[in-house]
Amino acid sequence: MLNVSGLQVFYGNIHAIKDVSFYVEEGEIVTLIGANGAGKSTILNTVSGLIRPTAGTIEFLDHSILNLTPHKIVRKRLAHCPEGRRLFLQMSVEENLEMGAYARDDIDMDAEMADVFSRFPILEERRTQLAGSLSGGEQQMLAMGRAMMSKPILLMLDEPSMGLAPILVEQIFDLIVELNETGTTILLVEQNAQMALSIADRGYVLETGSIVTMGNCIDLLNDERVKKAYLGG
Amino acid sequence: MDFLSYLISGISLGSIYAIIALGYTMVYGIARMLNFAHGDVIMVGAYMSFMATTRFGWHPLLSVLFAMVVCTVLGIVIEQLAYKPLRAAPSLAVLITAIGVSYFLQNAALLLWSANPKSFSSVVPFDSLRLFNGRLIISGTTIVSIFVCVIIILALNTIVNKTKIGKAMRAVSEDKDAAQLMGVSVNRTISITFAIGSALAAVAGVLLCSAYPILMPTTGAMPGIKAFTAAVFGGIGSIPGAFLGGILLGIIEIFGKAYISTQLSDAIVFAVLIIILIVKPTGLLGKKVLVKV
Repeated sequence: MLNVSGLQVFYGNIHAIKDVSFYVEEGEIVTLIGANGAGKSTILNTVSGLIRPTAGTIEFLDHSILNLTPHKIVRKRLAHCPEGRRLFLQMSVEENLEMGAYARDDIDMDAEMADVFSRFPILEERRTQLAGSLSGGEQQMLAMGRAMMSKPILLMLDEPSMGLAPILVEQIFDLIVELNETGTTILLVEQNAQMALSIADRGYVLETGSIVTMGNCIDLLNDERVKKAYLGG
Repeated sequence: MDFLSYLISGISLGSIYAIIALGYTMVYGIARMLNFAHGDVIMVGAYMSFMATTRFGWHPLLSVLFAMVVCTVLGIVIEQLAYKPLRAAPSLAVLITAIGVSYFLQNAALLLWSANPKSFSSVVPFDSLRLFNGRLIISGTTIVSIFVCVIIILALNTIVNKTKIGKAMRAVSEDKDAAQLMGVSVNRTISITFAIGSALAAVAGVLLCSAYPILMPTTGAMPGIKAFTAAVFGGIGSIPGAFLGGILLGIIEIFGKAYISTQLSDAIVFAVLIIILIVKPTGLLGKKVLVKV
């Protein structure tokens, strides 16, 4: 479904992504794990068109999306829920969800919103409140809900567990699995390697801009190097 | 009675400033740039209306529509040719370009219509309103300016809060990248903002010259600067702020002229701005951004 090959990204003189290749098959949950600054978010930002790579190819559903602008890429039903949530804090909960469906003219807005509210009842209670007035956990729910509104076939999630209480992390990860079971392919970027590897099918481990190891999550969970560096043991 | 008369004149002049300030504030809110050529678009709008009525003999109302269409196109063209290539450039480069466009428009007008002031006849067909046995006279232009400003504010409020493009504008103004990830075209949104701002500038130009009927290539410069002041005064980026800032500025200017000194009125206007900015640097309705982690 998504095929990235030979990706090179520079920030000025800094070589941020060095010859990264990976793929995501339809129906999978694939995770990119690695320490802060390893380049995980840069990869997602490059796939969604916010950053231009200096070399490499990015194919989505067998078509190159390399030269498309971000607003065209999302219309191919590839959604990106960015790092730090990036909600529109001065817009209401409801308006944030509407923005999520901005690229879709063919959906029933009310039905989609009802679906999001059924998963996150707290958002319905707060639908007219400004997103900026929500707690961190509620904001993450809203960010997930906003990404769901576009009905993506591939959803890229950047650190959905960041800054959340363990109980909320569980809830968010349950939702990711559920979305996946109902047909959404997931590319998940996480620092919480334990959680990410526990729900994903395959994983890639990133260190300073390069993929150092990859494989099935069960193998990665038992990999001595991965254990030492990312699983606290 | 004089006080009331000055107050109404102030609100009327302020309404015109407010309409111009809306263009500054919307463009700033979305493109994060100060379009200093905005004042000169006002002048172009006034010339268009003048030409349409005097040369082609069109109905005044039709001439206003014509001015709006020309300014809308002009606004989009300026944005595409001068500002769009500088999207990734430092803001200082964009600012200098905007000043360049401003001088370009003034000099193009000088070439086309010469430096001779034209005497602009009001497009407002209504007679003055006489109240209190003729002790209070309010001109038709005064009433229409206030009325038009209110309509524009209500319409913009609806567009920005209720329509899809309005929500896209707010999204771009808050977070350009996130808006793109939702499927919003930033370039298209900026173009539409310039189009709306420039159409409003045309309306302001016609109203301004209807109230102060001398039209020349520098006509737009001073009101442009004052409207920019009004936008900062109210809180740049805020639509209600532009409205409030414009009205207050108009009132201060007229009261300054009436009660203190005609020569000093502009100095008073800018002194008030400086004081407000010292006390409240974000302007009267400037946004406080709420961030939670």
